[in-house]
Amino acid sequence: MSGGAAPFPSRAERRELAAREGRVARILTFSAVDGPGNRAAVFLQGCSFDCVYCHNPETRPAVTAKARPDEQPAWPRAMTALGVVAAVWPYRAFLSGVTVSGGECGEQPDFLSALVGLFGGLGLPALVDTNGSLDYAARPDIVGRAAGFMLDLKAWDPVEHRRLTGADNAHVIANLRFLAAAGKLVELRTVVSPGLFDADSTVRHGARELAASGSAARYALIRFRPQGTRKAARDLPRPDDATMERLAAIAREEGAKDVRII
Amino acid sequence: MNPAQRVVTDATLTIQQKINGLAHVAEDQLDVLRVGPDVQELRDAGVICDLFEGAAPYRPRYVVPDYELFMRQGSEFLGLKAPADIWEATAALLILYRHVPSITSFPVYLGDLDALLEPFVGDEAEARKAIGLFLTQIDRTLNDSFCHADLGPAATKAGRIILELTREQQNAVPNLTLKYDPELTPPDFAELAAATALDTAKPSFANHRIFQSEFRAMGSDDYAIASCYNGLPKGGGSCTLVRLNLAKLAPRAADRDQLLSSVLPEAVDRQLEYIDERVRFLVSESGFFQSSFLVREGLIHPERFSAMFGLVGLAECVNAHSGGARFGHDDEADELGLRIIRDIDARVRSHVSPYLAFNGGRFLMHAQVGIDSDTGVSPGCRIPIGQEPELPEHIVRSAPFHRYFPSGIGDVFAFDPTTRRNPGHLRDIAAGALKSGLRYFSAYAADADVVRITGYLVKRSELARLNRGEATMQDTTALGRNAINNLGVLERRVRS
Repeated sequence: MSGGAAPFPSRAERRELAAREGRVARILTFSAVDGPGNRAAVFLQGCSFDCVYCHNPETRPAVTAKARPDEQPAWPRAMTALGVVAAVWPYRAFLSGVTVSGGECGEQPDFLSALVGLFGGLGLPALVDTNGSLDYAARPDIVGRAAGFMLDLKAWDPVEHRRLTGADNAHVIANLRFLAAAGKLVELRTVVSPGLFDADSTVRHGARELAASGSAARYALIRFRPQGTRKAARDLPRPDDATMERLAAIAREEGAKDVRII
Repeated sequence: MNPAQRVVTDATLTIQQKINGLAHVAEDQLDVLRVGPDVQELRDAGVICDLFEGAAPYRPRYVVPDYELFMRQGSEFLGLKAPADIWEATAALLILYRHVPSITSFPVYLGDLDALLEPFVGDEAEARKAIGLFLTQIDRTLNDSFCHADLGPAATKAGRIILELTREQQNAVPNLTLKYDPELTPPDFAELAAATALDTAKPSFANHRIFQSEFRAMGSDDYAIASCYNGLPKGGGSCTLVRLNLAKLAPRAADRDQLLSSVLPEAVDRQLEYIDERVRFLVSESGFFQSSFLVREGLIHPERFSAMFGLVGLAECVNAHSGGARFGHDDEADELGLRIIRDIDARVRSHVSPYLAFNGGRFLMHAQVGIDSDTGVSPGCRIPIGQEPELPEHIVRSAPFHRYFPSGIGDVFAFDPTTRRNPGHLRDIAAGALKSGLRYFSAYAADADVVRITGYLVKRSELARLNRGEATMQDTTALGRNAINNLGVLERRVRS
């Protein structure tokens, strides 16, 4: 594994990791939709992508809510890594693991690293749900201690990607190759809304990358749904079954081993 | 109308259901139980209820045969040799089922089917065909969803086949339990069970470690889950189940002190007295244990029979005497609930039956799930439907009650249909619930055709048939319809 398996933190390192602070948008103790099994989902606040169809626009700004004295702070809030672990810990008997998501968790790499290291060391394997904007090849502390990655491939073509998200996708594609080759990719995802970008080409290239590195990662093809999006995105077209089936066929044809329509 | 005439002319009953109904009417003509006026008053008030067992107990309510022994030795009475292949094995079981009595006239326990059939699974396709026909015949001829089969804790080929066929066939019968042990049950097998439960409301997950250690401590090598979710000693069963309706008992006490100091203990004593009397007739007068070939051939043993002390409506009783604190939400109310259960448990434990040897003559506590005519009475110690807290809190608040009920207590959870995409989610929650001390965990997806009513299963499609005034295969469908109307079982909080 080219990422290298970092050992779980020693006691001294744990103390340092536990004190790290980050912005947390929300913690969900039971989630059925953030990876395999029942997982706690920790959503970090702040995202550099500005996706047209963003489903959690409230998690984009890198801010925390102000708490008035003697009141519980509102979400999003500043928390230590220890605080996050403590919020999840009572539910550990019910969990397959934890998923750190966002916002974009890669925006706070040191905090992400602390969460992945602490949870993994406590026997709650951590999945990282990311848009791929952080250069993970440069972060063996995260990659080595995470149980796996779920990566969004918004669009293959850089021009389309920029139009869709306001950001370049060179890091996304580099991460796709790096994580798949390292055996760390568990899921690749593309949200489909007809006409927004060339989904055929994106799915074709994404599946091709999975096949090229022999990755067993699931390719999840997700129908655009208007729930949670900004007003401007409510009327984006929703794909019909035939479109989704066609994309799934493309992914399988290119060698993706596990393709799901969601 | 005369009750027999009502049965005879009921267009929604099959002939078989009418015959059972007429047997009931005939039994109730008898006046053989010596019931004192105090007991009778509580029975008339609906505080003590024998769940329509009938006026002259002539067979145990729940019979749990040692099917393993039957598979090894066959049956002299039935003229059967020990089975040698999957076809003989399934046929032998189906034959025996016809002769296993219970309160419903159908067997309430069909065996640990995976373990019974595994030795006969050679060619998998052939086994699948044989087991498929076996399950279909059970559903179509044992028309009562209190018929219950057990699986696990280990994964077997037979177990997988049964789960896969259960998912495919979408039958209400048999009810199914997976005996779950985190050390012995592999995660993929538990996940297959969870996926099956989302589609067909079964199997439920039983806490194998708790059941096994308790029944061993009582002197039984093995236990079975029968009927709704009743833990019982294998090779024995329960003579009777009588329940105390705490919701109806509550208003008989002026306050909490009176409830705890006199009203409750007196009612518990009267119920113990009534159970003793029902057991006396069954054991000493009915002749059941003297005449049954199941006893003669060692498939059941009189000394492995107990009786069940049931209770229902704890939530309503607590809410009536908790000064505004709400059961399932406020610690104060839950504390009162636990106090009531501990008091009942202590009193039941101190009573020794003169007729039963199992567990030193001590009865087994059972959190009864209710009957179809109950209104405003929550099953056992459950938090009322419509007031369920968030899932983790629900589990944590329910768990402390479960240890008191070796012969059954459980919770039912409805899940969002999208959980089907991730059955591991349900597996993890079930495993976590058992680890947190829950004894028994049932789940289904909110849109499934097969629905768990309180402990038993009903198909929505069969309910529709009954609502059109037509006869339905299972006698439990009618119970389900009433429970849906009276208890709101389709209104359970949906978890996602």
